[in-house]
Amino acid sequence: MLRDLARDFTNAEIRPLAARIDREEEIPKELLKKIADVGLFGTAIPEEYGGGGFGKVGFCLAQEEVARVCGSTAATIGAHQSIGAQAILLGGSETLKKKYLPILASGELLAAFALTEADAGSDSFNLSTRAEKINDKWILNGEKVWITNGSIAGLFSVFARTEKGITGFVVEKGFNGVSVGKNEKKLGIKGSVTNTIAFDNVEIPEENMIGIDGRGFLIAMETLNSGRLGLGACCFGAAKEMLEMSVAYSKQRKQFGEPISKFQAIQFMLSDMTTHIYAMENMVYKAAFKLDNKEDISLDAAIVKLYCSEAVSEIADQALQIHGGMGFSAELPLERFYRDARILKIFEGTNEIQKLIISRQILKQNGKWNS
Amino acid sequence: MKILVFVNHVPDTETKVKIGSDGKVIDPAGVNYMLNPYDEIGVEEALKTKQQFGGEVVVVSLGGDPNKETLRKALAMGCDKAVLLKDPAIRDSYAVARSLADYAKEYGADVIFCGKQSIDYDDAQVGGLIAEMLGIPSVSVVVKLEIKEGHFIAEREIEGGHEIVHSKLPAVITAQKGLNEPRYPSLKGIMDAKRKPIEEKVPNAVESRVVTEVMRKPPAKAQGKIVGSDASAAAELVRLLHEEAKVI
Ligand SMILES: Cc1cc2nc3c(=O)[nH]c(=O)nc-3n(C[C@H](O)[C@H](O)[C@H](O)COP(=O)(O)OP(=O)(O)OC[C@H]3O[C@@H](n4cnc5c(N)ncnc54)[C@H](O)[C@@H]3O)c2cc1C
Repeated sequence: MLRDLARDFTNAEIRPLAARIDREEEIPKELLKKIADVGLFGTAIPEEYGGGGFGKVGFCLAQEEVARVCGSTAATIGAHQSIGAQAILLGGSETLKKKYLPILASGELLAAFALTEADAGSDSFNLSTRAEKINDKWILNGEKVWITNGSIAGLFSVFARTEKGITGFVVEKGFNGVSVGKNEKKLGIKGSVTNTIAFDNVEIPEENMIGIDGRGFLIAMETLNSGRLGLGACCFGAAKEMLEMSVAYSKQRKQFGEPISKFQAIQFMLSDMTTHIYAMENMVYKAAFKLDNKEDISLDAAIVKLYCSEAVSEIADQALQIHGGMGFSAELPLERFYRDARILKIFEGTNEIQKLIISRQILKQNGKWNS
Repeated sequence: MKILVFVNHVPDTETKVKIGSDGKVIDPAGVNYMLNPYDEIGVEEALKTKQQFGGEVVVVSLGGDPNKETLRKALAMGCDKAVLLKDPAIRDSYAVARSLADYAKEYGADVIFCGKQSIDYDDAQVGGLIAEMLGIPSVSVVVKLEIKEGHFIAEREIEGGHEIVHSKLPAVITAQKGLNEPRYPSLKGIMDAKRKPIEEKVPNAVESRVVTEVMRKPPAKAQGKIVGSDASAAAELVRLLHEEAKVI
């Protein structure tokens, strides 16, 4: 029923707006409200905190459907739920969870995840935003860049350096000293806003610290692990949509007196796409199922992120090729899918970083496969 | 207010339906089923009525276990209680209406909603029959409804226009497209629906008065014919339309 709901909803409410969201570089407020009402901002948040309680598997199912129609909307929901709110869910105290998760699950507030800085991208451990404890308050100073949902979020899960190491904090946009930069201009996912967020002597109540002082980096990494599965689901959803478009087009487009689907060159591209999609589906749900069963998925998440984002980029390229000149034209949604796919190899850890994680882990395991 | 809504579980509009080997029923293998779209409008109207007057919405379906899926969808949309009148046998409209009317009588509904027809057998009889059996008014093909204390004003579609009628409650109202936009079930609704029980009852056996002898698919569409691409083809086209297709 979750998939049916997500499919009916995305087809009826998001699909007709997707081109406009890309063109106008924003998601209409009314659509955000509808997404909130139907519950898609809280799919995976447990029911006790007001969410849908569908776990990672449910979240991936829903994200697939959203990504089938609009990469920007999928990125917005992902940054909110799969990393922004997820950091609080994974690391926060009971008080913190009760304070924020219900309003995040209902979509009353949107969340953002703020780790990256100008000099700390792939090397996020090198971050320099500082939090100092003065009496019973934390004082935050620094600047985060490339923050998805920056201008539409009501709160940020921010990672900063304290005396004890890296620590996470929930910072509300309304706190004094928080300022949000303009929306970045981008190649793809144009409707998903990305901003710089600056903190100038921002006072944060003690209770807004996420977990234990000095243990935030672990929470950030675990959050990203979980986020990478949702990202894989987006790749999978977009890939299925592009396969469907490509098959339909190849059957209908005639050259040399036949539909181009009769040409082996086209057929082989369709085979490659199909095979990738099969692998994507299996790895996304295997990993999501493991996460829901509280198993360690750090290796799975890196593999899912790497494979799915590479595969969807290749699929976008092949789908465009099958469509010929029409694929390149802004008349069809394909060029948007092509542009939207590119970010997937970069954010939530570049694919090079995923390879580092994978090789580190497999070396540690002496090359032994865990099964 | 005690609000009752009857729903049917029908083949998805996007499914290719096959006729079973006995030639009398739809082969359910590989067919996706869904909440009958007109009944979904009925569910929405029932929920809106509850929002206005309070009370409860009970959703009822007659059929086999698979109908529970449709009942769950209605629960996820917000109905309070679901009842399955469990009888997997195929019934005609009269036999369906008989059991639904029996339930409505036992429950004592203030208002009953149905779809104007099910998109499987397309009889469009059940709502009217229920009203007749209960001896209450029935207003069909309703596109606008205003319920007040004990009575209502309904706008219904008639050939080439609309008709506005006034009647008393309790009554049966059958829903037509345009009456409302059915809401999506929310994720919370889906979770809640899993916990709401579906009450099962065995309805009295009722003999169908109409029995299907044979079911046939419409004849396959014949291949089109291109008679030419310029004005010189017009005469031949007219001749074919007149002599072969016999439409002019
Ligand atoms: C649209 C968008 C949205 C984003 N959203 C968020 C967000 O919501 N929150 C957030 O915190 N961040 C976000 N980011 C930041 C994103 O996660 C970083 O851009 C990404 O991690 C890479 O960092 P960088 O851009 O500084 O690239 P760099 O780290 O400078 O990398 C440049 C190149 O060097 C390679 N490289 C770096 N180190 C190594 C190494 N050790 N070995 C091999 N290759 C290496 C990289 O793979 C890459 O190819 C977003 C970015 C974009 C573009």
